[in-house]
Amino acid sequence: MSNKKELAVAALQNGTVIDHIPSSMLFKAVKLLGIAQLHSHVTIGNNLSSSKLGTKGIIKVADVNFPEATLNRIALIAPTAKVNVIRDFEVVEKHDVVLPDTIIGLVKCSNPKCITNNEPMKTRFEVIDRSDVTIRCHYCGHSVKSKDAVIE
Amino acid sequence: MNSNSLVSISDISKDEILGLLEQARYFEENPNHKILDGKVVATLFFEPSTRTRLSFETAVNRLGGRVIGFSDASTTSSSKGETLKDTIKMVSNYVDLIIMRHYLEGAARYASEVTDTPVINAGDGANQHPTQTMLDLYSIYKTQGTLENLTITMVGDLKYGRTVHSLLMAMQYFNPTFRFVACKELEMPAEYKDFCDKNGIKYTEHTDFSADVINSSDIIYMTRVQRERFTDIMEYERVKNLYTLHNAMLDNSRDNLRILHPLPRVNEIDYDVDDNPKAYYFQQAQNGLYARQAIICKALGIEINK
Repeated sequence: MSNKKELAVAALQNGTVIDHIPSSMLFKAVKLLGIAQLHSHVTIGNNLSSSKLGTKGIIKVADVNFPEATLNRIALIAPTAKVNVIRDFEVVEKHDVVLPDTIIGLVKCSNPKCITNNEPMKTRFEVIDRSDVTIRCHYCGHSVKSKDAVIE
Repeated sequence: MNSNSLVSISDISKDEILGLLEQARYFEENPNHKILDGKVVATLFFEPSTRTRLSFETAVNRLGGRVIGFSDASTTSSSKGETLKDTIKMVSNYVDLIIMRHYLEGAARYASEVTDTPVINAGDGANQHPTQTMLDLYSIYKTQGTLENLTITMVGDLKYGRTVHSLLMAMQYFNPTFRFVACKELEMPAEYKDFCDKNGIKYTEHTDFSADVINSSDIIYMTRVQRERFTDIMEYERVKNLYTLHNAMLDNSRDNLRILHPLPRVNEIDYDVDDNPKAYYFQQAQNGLYARQAIICKALGIEINK
């Protein structure tokens, strides 16, 4: 059923499909993956019906295999997301995204007095609560729920 | 990165805390000790501070070391736009130890990551001030004879006061009971109450600075309620005198009670308390010298042969 719907959007011969992204997080996920810099075919769908999430977003990228670490960035804002790797129109791999313990250089610290907002340096956050995905700045100690995090 | 750096009180273990207290006690008995002969220490104060800088510089001098540095960043290259990283890298070439205060939060952590020279954090914005915590611990240890099983009452600004937050974290190893006395606007943040819950630390919260609270305390840790912390100035006017300690309030307090305050004080401790033997805040500031001597030696990896 759902396969049919996906195919109705765009048939993907080879590439990556990221499914089950909460609708409100879709465009953050697009930003996290750096999709704006890609030159291959990209299809983005949003507000599609989902039995689990109500509505969901989906990202299909042709001919690109993202590194694991890049895909896992999505876990920050969409822990429910599923990654499908497609070869010759077949799903050859399906897996969840996994939140790393440390997130380097993705999230902007919300504290204006944090050193990371005042020096040319990478931010670094540590996951302190996996249940509601709370992360804490390694430098200034401010914590934020990752769904509210500002992506650099 | 040098593993002897001290950036946050949570960087050091219970054993290391106890070791530093023993060292501080040793330096109190023998304050002049030429063990830093030939060492040069930088005090980089990107934000002005009187007490902390003078006590650090006194500590180095009494240990026979030399000090270079600045107490006002406007006279340095950082006013020309030099990054913190470059300043630290450059100074690292000259000295054996960097002691720094900065107005930005996380500055000391970052500095410790870009150099192999040990860094001591002398305060980074509202974030951490571990040497203050060590001198608070030393003051408690000295006056009570132990850090274990004490009832510690924290009064005033518990929301923004970094000294109370660090002290709370450092006391986790010693089975304390906390009493948090503050108005709603300045109550202890949820993350620190969660920390207590997770670590089995007992605490009670009060909006009244009552006789019951005072008379059941071993330590009363007073903090300054700052006007600029309030969004509602009427609220400030209402609460500003609710958390002032007067001498008469100590009449039925425990004999071992001591009053601590990180200073500067404004009006939260009445001057009539100063002559009470339970007032300890000036000696507390003096203990900063010994605590810092101990911390400097640890950062330089110097063992004392007693």
